[in-house]
Amino acid sequence: MNSYLNIDHISITFPTDNGPLEVLKSVKLNVEQGEFISLIGHSGCGKSTVLNIVAGLLRATEGGVILEEKEVTEPGPDRAVVFQHHSLMPWLSVYDNVRLAVDQVFKRTKSKQERDEWTRHNLELVHMSHALERKPDEISGGMKQRVGIARALAMEPKVLLMDEPFGALDSLTRTHMQDSLMEIQARLNNTVIMITHDVDEAVLLSDRIVMMSNGPSATVGDILNVDLPRPRDRLALAEDPAFNHYRAEVVKFLHERHTKPGATATKKSSEQNDEADQGADQSRPGLKLASG
Amino acid sequence: MSSTALSVKTFNMPRKDRLLEHLSSDRFGRGFSRFVTGLMIPAVALIVFLGLWDAGARNVETSLGVLPGPAKVWEQTVSLYDEHRQEREKEDAFYQRLQKRLDKAIAAGKPQEKIENIKNRQYTGRATFFDQILTSLWTVMIGFVIASAVAIPIGIVCGMSATLYQAVNPLIQIFKPVSPLAWLPLVTMVVSALYVSEDPLFAKSFLNSAITVTLCCLWPTIINTTVGVSGVDKDLLNVSRVLRLNWLTKTVKIVLPSSVPMIFTGLRLSLGIGWMVLIAAEMLAQNPGLGKFVWDEFQNGSSNSLARIMVAVLVIGFIGFLLDRGMLMLQRWVSWDKSAVLR
Ligand SMILES: Nc1ncnc2c1ncn2[C@@H]1O[C@H](COP(=O)(O)OP(=O)(O)OP(=O)(O)O)[C@@H](O)[C@H]1O
Ligand SMILES: [Mg+2]
Repeated sequence: MNSYLNIDHISITFPTDNGPLEVLKSVKLNVEQGEFISLIGHSGCGKSTVLNIVAGLLRATEGGVILEEKEVTEPGPDRAVVFQHHSLMPWLSVYDNVRLAVDQVFKRTKSKQERDEWTRHNLELVHMSHALERKPDEISGGMKQRVGIARALAMEPKVLLMDEPFGALDSLTRTHMQDSLMEIQARLNNTVIMITHDVDEAVLLSDRIVMMSNGPSATVGDILNVDLPRPRDRLALAEDPAFNHYRAEVVKFLHERHTKPGATATKKSSEQNDEADQGADQSRPGLKLASG
Repeated sequence: MSSTALSVKTFNMPRKDRLLEHLSSDRFGRGFSRFVTGLMIPAVALIVFLGLWDAGARNVETSLGVLPGPAKVWEQTVSLYDEHRQEREKEDAFYQRLQKRLDKAIAAGKPQEKIENIKNRQYTGRATFFDQILTSLWTVMIGFVIASAVAIPIGIVCGMSATLYQAVNPLIQIFKPVSPLAWLPLVTMVVSALYVSEDPLFAKSFLNSAITVTLCCLWPTIINTTVGVSGVDKDLLNVSRVLRLNWLTKTVKIVLPSSVPMIFTGLRLSLGIGWMVLIAAEMLAQNPGLGKFVWDEFQNGSSNSLARIMVAVLVIGFIGFLLDRGMLMLQRWVSWDKSAVLR
């Protein structure tokens, strides 16, 4: 019960125009130190919401998050976030973006020179030393994401939270970034929770893959232990039966969860009225997709 | 990267093609078209405008004679400048005479009281057209600076707090459309009631004009700053929450830089309005400045008056243009987003 990070039965309900919407119901997860967790699930199921609750940017309606025996009540640099859209300050250079975080976190504990070195060190880690003085507008999407990661790493977080960090990148850049991330993770042994839509990415990077059921009232559907030895090499793994087995497991889960038990029943009844009631069918595009 | 690729390609092209390209589009063609759009078109438009003005003005007979054309206006511009020079010469001569008398008085060992008396004498000449320009510029700048110093902080606070915005918004919406001339009597009364000092630092008339400008400059800046501040990227604000930036750091490092473009939009609108307002206020209240110059010429009603008023109109327009350009340059200098199209 006393794991490093304890997501303890969190539920969250948003007030919306159509009444309250329960997005998460009793999400429970224990994470050990140094573990790499991937969150995977269909779009809109509530993955970002989970991450934001762990970050402290949102408060759960029920339940709570406990990190190192302390309850999370507000955002803080010990739970650094890498956002999907890099969110660098466009008016600051690459160096200054990271330095802003370093200055804030190590105001009292590091001297000016140490902070400068620490900033450079973290940018070195993500191979961005050549573009310190460039503005975010002047570097590529992959480079921006690297800077975002460097900024998060520079905070020396207990947990690194990443919301689809490579979602907006082309596949080649993405493989580079994944390799970089694995390398950094091997060196620093961070605790990471990463949201992804990419099954290969999840299997390649994670120790465990948390698969979320569909919303509303989404929860943890299944957890897959990925028992592949590290360091992992994407080329070797492509042929590896174990890798492909894990991959298939995740794909199978995602496919099955397209049709939830409750939804199947409704689907049948709507199929009966198919010709009579086209309108009702169109109003539930999700179900149509599921039957296909 | 892409530029090297491009140049390699050009390099590999057959020679004839390169020559053709060089001749047709690149340097010659683009240079010519830039000349046409940059200089020719405005110049032609200006000539057409002057022609129409000249032709049109001849046909308008006023009680002060025919409406002046461009030539007459130019003549009066020169004459206004001459008057200014003459006035300056008179002033110089006056102070030279004063100095001489002072020297004499000191040499003659006159009592201190008398010497002070001579020293304190001021030249009281007529304010020339150029003096009026400077007065107006000075007044609008003071009014504008005060307004900005008040409006930007209010805008920032309103942009950050929805509650405060709700509280302040009705007031802004009601005061924004008020004509400056409606403020003027109130300002005049309040200033004469409150600003009583033996040796005033500023003339009352100056304060009246400047405060009226301030009252009209406030609103566009407040509104645009509020919009800019409330539109700061939510992700960036989340970054600041994760970093636990305090209020001041957050404002200085995140909120202000990202709302600089909107703030400047507000400032430019304000300065434009302020300049227009000032001329009207000076006319109405007979406060020194370009507005008074126009009014005086109108009352004067000599045969040159209309031409002189036209000079003033053109100068007012030109200064307004320069003020806007100045703000634009300031914005370019301050803003991080050099690529933004600024007009
Ligand atoms: N502040 C909010 N108010 C109301 N509803 C919200 C709010 N935030 C999220 N939701 C709803 O919660 C659900 C889950 O949102 P969330 O962003 O967590 O999904 P996600 O799994 O991250 O999706 P994606 O993969 O597309 O990023 C969505 O249906 C969304 O509409
Ligand atoms: Mg999301």
